[in-house]
Amino acid sequence: MKPFEYTKPKTVREALSSVTKHSHYIAGGTNLVDLMKKQIDEPDKLLDITNTLPDQIEVKDNGVVIGAMVRNTAIAVNKAILESWPLLSKAILKGASPQIRNMASAGGNLLQRTRCPYFYDLTLPCNKRKNGSGCGALKGNNRMGAIIGYSDACVAVHPSDMCVALAALDAKVNIRKADGSEETMNFLDFHRLPGNNPEKDNNLPENALITSIFVPKNNFSKHFEYLKLRDRESYAFALVSVAAALDMDGNQISEARLASGGVAHKPWRWTKAEAFLKGKQATAENFAEAARIAAEDTAPLSTNAFKVPLLKGAIETALHTCLTNKA
Amino acid sequence: MKHSHSNAMSMSRRFFLRSSSALAALSFIPNSVKAFYQDVKEKFFVKKQMIPIQLEINKKQYSLTVDSRATLLDVLREELNLTGSKKGCDHGQCGACTVHINGERALSCLTLAAMAQGKAITTIEGLADGDNLHPMQEAFIEHDGFQCGYCTSGQIMSAVACVDEGHTGSVEEIKEYMSGNLCRCGAYNGITEAIQQVAK
Repeated sequence: MKPFEYTKPKTVREALSSVTKHSHYIAGGTNLVDLMKKQIDEPDKLLDITNTLPDQIEVKDNGVVIGAMVRNTAIAVNKAILESWPLLSKAILKGASPQIRNMASAGGNLLQRTRCPYFYDLTLPCNKRKNGSGCGALKGNNRMGAIIGYSDACVAVHPSDMCVALAALDAKVNIRKADGSEETMNFLDFHRLPGNNPEKDNNLPENALITSIFVPKNNFSKHFEYLKLRDRESYAFALVSVAAALDMDGNQISEARLASGGVAHKPWRWTKAEAFLKGKQATAENFAEAARIAAEDTAPLSTNAFKVPLLKGAIETALHTCLTNKA
Repeated sequence: MKHSHSNAMSMSRRFFLRSSSALAALSFIPNSVKAFYQDVKEKFFVKKQMIPIQLEINKKQYSLTVDSRATLLDVLREELNLTGSKKGCDHGQCGACTVHINGERALSCLTLAAMAQGKAITTIEGLADGDNLHPMQEAFIEHDGFQCGYCTSGQIMSAVACVDEGHTGSVEEIKEYMSGNLCRCGAYNGITEAIQQVAK
């Protein structure tokens, strides 16, 4: 690890005014400390923001505000979240390990790097690590790679499970910019696709801080599922994951939400499939058609064509489970 | 072929002469120049920062000065001689370094020591009550919850937390909530049985 200066600001204002060109904020540290050990990230200053950001979960009339410092476990076991946003809890518990969930902050979960094995190996080319060096995964080992939304520059996928649920639930991200002003971003606009600048994972303005995440009230707490398919049963990244949520009126679908992890550079919403399901009966045929519509837009890489049928099956299964899932 | 070979030989001879004379010249550089180099280095490169910190480990207070880069694991093992917590992967993948921070299990290899200040830390050394082992330690011995023992302190710290959290409803639940601790000897069945016994 390269030497760095450690400071602990007491307020958000102090944190924002202490940034330098190569400084980083640190909260849980579960991703950043690892990247620093591997010398993939080499900040000259760390601003410990654990004392500056809210760590409360506040239920409001129109939704819930999750402070950026709330640890992942604390969100997953929160009574209000379990009651009204159980999809979020279920997704979080499918991610990482209990130790890491205890450490990782809500804001940090959003900011963990979109990554692939080439990003982590300094001896291999990676445009995300060093733009212009090439993408080793494009024609190399891309089994874990994207099947939609990628570019020739980068085929990495966003590893978060929590973010897939937040994408499905139309969350919003509250941020405080370096100049002190506040802004709210739609969750779906927060992460970005690689294009020609894969070194940027998201649209958070430079040195801005995530202060909280807002999840609106919804009618999805009775029919939901987070299905994560991976190489081993626990503590592994998704090959494909599906967050599914249905608002049911009898056997008719009033509204559907479908999002996936493990398929793109950002948590992916299957909006066409959602539109198809709206107003339809909850039947096996309609679920299969929704899965087909989603898969239609995918274009797998050289070694991950298996992800497409896996995705179709996962969407169908998750939708079926929605009908029987009891929160 | 022969020509290029002899050429390569003469190149290397030339290289040897050049580099050895360069090395000899280096020793004649006056100290003032070396000091100037140090000044430049200090100006442009971040020096390592030593920070005075206070840690509360196993209900004991420690005051020490650590490198800003030091992880809690390194401080436990290298500075405080608490070598029960093990360094397996050092990248948060194996769980061998698991400790409790404010009563919750966490990875000491991904925790900067400076960030652990003001928190109550418990390591494997803090579990037993004098000569009386913690029930989980007893259960691991009784059920052969280890073979080589390297992952064991992390497993036990995680297991104690697993029981505290109440994730012991079934073998499947125990396995899910112990998935952050790898055991390459494969003592998982013994570990699961030990946890079941303590959870009763």
